[in-house]
Amino acid sequence: MTEYDAVVIGAGHNGLVCAAYLAKKGRRVLIAEAAEIVGGASITREFAAGYSVSACAHLLYQFHPGIARDLELEKHGLELASDDLATIALASDGHYRRFSGSVVTGNGLTQKDISGFAAFHEQMTRYAKLLAKVAGRRPPKLIESDWHDKLNLAKIGLDIRRLGRDDMRELLRIGAINLFDVLNEKFTDELLKGALSVDGVLGAHMGPRSPNTVLAYLYRHLGDGFGTSGPAIPRGGMGSVTMALAAAARAEGVEIRNRTPVTKILCSAGRTTGVKLGSGETVEAGLVVSNADPKTTFETLVGFPELEAGFSRRVHNIRARGTTAKLHLALDGMPEFTGIDAIDSGARLVVAPDLAYVERAFDPAKYGEFSPAPIMEITIPSVHDETLAPAGKHVLSAVVQFAPYELKAGWDASKKSFENTILATLSQYAPGIRDQIVASEVLTPWDIEQQFRIRGGHWHHCEFSLDQFMMMRPAFGATQYYTPIDGLYLCGAGAHPGGGVMGLAGRNAANEIVKREKTT
Amino acid sequence: MIAHDERRVIETPFHSRVQAACALNEWEEWKGYTTVTAFTDVALEYFAIRNSCGIFDLTPMIKYRITGPDAGAYLSRLVTRNISKQSSGQVMYCCWCNDAGQVLDDGTLFKFDDNTYRICSQERHMDWFGASAMGFNVQIEDETDQVAALAFQGPTSCAVLKQMGFQDIENLKPYRFTSFPFDGQELMISRTGFTGDLGYELWCDPEQAETLWDALMEAGRNYGIRPFGAAALGMARIEAGFIQAGVDFMPALDVVRSERCRSPYEIGLGWLVHLKKPNFNGRKALIAEKEKGSRYRFVKLIVEGNKPAEHAFVYNRRNQAIGTVTTAGWSPTTKSNLAFASLEMPWGLEDDELFVEIYYIRELKWTRVMERCHVVKDAFFDPERRHATPAWDF
Repeated sequence: MTEYDAVVIGAGHNGLVCAAYLAKKGRRVLIAEAAEIVGGASITREFAAGYSVSACAHLLYQFHPGIARDLELEKHGLELASDDLATIALASDGHYRRFSGSVVTGNGLTQKDISGFAAFHEQMTRYAKLLAKVAGRRPPKLIESDWHDKLNLAKIGLDIRRLGRDDMRELLRIGAINLFDVLNEKFTDELLKGALSVDGVLGAHMGPRSPNTVLAYLYRHLGDGFGTSGPAIPRGGMGSVTMALAAAARAEGVEIRNRTPVTKILCSAGRTTGVKLGSGETVEAGLVVSNADPKTTFETLVGFPELEAGFSRRVHNIRARGTTAKLHLALDGMPEFTGIDAIDSGARLVVAPDLAYVERAFDPAKYGEFSPAPIMEITIPSVHDETLAPAGKHVLSAVVQFAPYELKAGWDASKKSFENTILATLSQYAPGIRDQIVASEVLTPWDIEQQFRIRGGHWHHCEFSLDQFMMMRPAFGATQYYTPIDGLYLCGAGAHPGGGVMGLAGRNAANEIVKREKTT
Repeated sequence: MIAHDERRVIETPFHSRVQAACALNEWEEWKGYTTVTAFTDVALEYFAIRNSCGIFDLTPMIKYRITGPDAGAYLSRLVTRNISKQSSGQVMYCCWCNDAGQVLDDGTLFKFDDNTYRICSQERHMDWFGASAMGFNVQIEDETDQVAALAFQGPTSCAVLKQMGFQDIENLKPYRFTSFPFDGQELMISRTGFTGDLGYELWCDPEQAETLWDALMEAGRNYGIRPFGAAALGMARIEAGFIQAGVDFMPALDVVRSERCRSPYEIGLGWLVHLKKPNFNGRKALIAEKEKGSRYRFVKLIVEGNKPAEHAFVYNRRNQAIGTVTTAGWSPTTKSNLAFASLEMPWGLEDDELFVEIYYIRELKWTRVMERCHVVKDAFFDPERRHATPAWDF
């Protein structure tokens, strides 16, 4: 007797979203989660006594408001400590730039850059709205398309057309090129350009001169397409997002088992029959939905021998090189960033003094070395949320790039010197910070792979770029959530629309499963 | 390995003997080797295959050695046929497909033991075999130039091998192979071939190649032995009904237009597809094709008249072009004009009224004839001696 209709592998946000939607449609769903707690890469973790931090993802950029509504996440405990965060581009001399919505301020900015940024922001927001529509639907196939695909494709075409002549032309011109050229066309202020370029390379194996960075920038600003004007910080850290999702899923009847790693997706004659757990137990189910990254799903859990050779090769060739590290600091007081008011310390702080700096930070990653002068995205969430640190103390969480997964010297030997490099960089902007450190933690892509079970430590599961976008994500043969194994679906960041704590991959997957499994 | 700038075409280990015998000096390039089109007279060479025996230098045929604990599982996933019952010492004819169920090539699979196989094919496949090996503990080695091979075909072939002292060779069944000590080393003999006749293929170390050639020629002197070239082999293989990659179908990785490749069902190899086998490359697509129907049918034709229908259009009764002849030629043994053709479905049933359009030139005058042709189900020529064990003595 089959107890479950579906087993979801991994209780990350997409797995939880997918399970909740499936349960809403009356499916009996089990989520098998390997870790102690639910949440995947969206968790809050105490890394030093009394100090907690969002352990991987640390800002809520683009969570889909429709999902929050459908699953009543507020009712289930999701509360934002702060939203529409401003971004501040740090300068060692204190002449920072402050971005909030379409407004940029800072000493010495030219009027042209100020008005230029407003125009740029508004145009990018129009594009983000277009991308947001695309993200919410199943990506259309071009060759073996059904009427649904044709309709989706027509909708995309129509939406692009509706941008109007000038916007459409500009989108087609810049959509596939690099941010370096686009920013240099539009702006003169180096700090402004440097900070904006970070949005195109965050989480990616790309520098501002890499193609696809304009697309990645738009993706980073998907939230603008959903109606926000900056990232948010949930109360209780990112873990509270997935806690709320888990509560919502449970309320729909989903069963979640922690400490339950799936070791094998069982297949028989091209159809999945369930999963094998680490305990040796077999859970039978006609549907298996994997929130694991595509390489883990197909190479490790299914196994290439169960798949066809051409497909296996495409999965093998998916580009997924993690280059992003995390820094967590427990601080015994509020760090002082040169020139920044205490009130702004809770903003999103960016270290990227100019475009060349960002590109140079990327260069060593190509050759298996970390950046001697990294770029950083810093948050001090305890400014907004007193639950994360003891009274008067603070936690700092920073995304640090570039730190290639495949480090020539090996991460064991290099982690300490990398931490020193990060702290030296940080000290240029907050000179007293070293003395405030109570405890610290660095997560390299290697650690991210181990702790969050993401192959290669790439938190988007697969690089986000045109060749792995929409009907090409993650690879031909698995682009519409279903896979060559009947009954096996993808619902994670490796599927369309991609990474970020957004939830759309999970929701789209659930929609597709319900549609397909009804007809077959 | 051969450096790309070393030589344009290399010589096989039999070259000294082949060259000496090649009175016509007619050569062709085959997978980077220089090989003989015809030695003395194509008709004589052909009749050696059918009436006495002939030897053919097979060395350029592509040979891969597949080894490792997962070799069997790997090959089972690679080919469409169920090979689970293949025993050591057995040869199986197989084909393999891409994910879309389109044929990449056909070939023979030799099983030495559970961990050791050889696969022989017309085309090179290291790229595909390598991609297919992901997730399997196997090693794949191109051993084409490490193994010298001769096809030794014809009614008296067994008698000659007996003459050479290979005891019990007459009891070797078709599609089996065995080994004998020869010249201080090992000589592998398989009862296989591309002629549809009683015949063997001999596999040895390149060092022994000349010795083997000489020994065969010596032992076969009174048995009508004669070297034969590609032209005579071509005649024999049509009669036997054997298709050839690149001639009768395009390997799927070679086509520019995806609709120009063929599934096994579409080239008459449906019998090599075992859909009940739970997992092999192309299975899903082939199941779908089985349900939906194929696009093409491969047929053997007997064409009226005696003009070869090389690459002719095939027409139905309403004069619609419905296919193309892929191979054609006169068959001396069956005294008929043969052809293979690829036809659009649903054409090619046995009682279909079909015509081929043949153009031929005589003394600078082109003539066009529409010849009636007839679909034949079985091989044109399939003598009992090919299958009989013990092999007949002549």
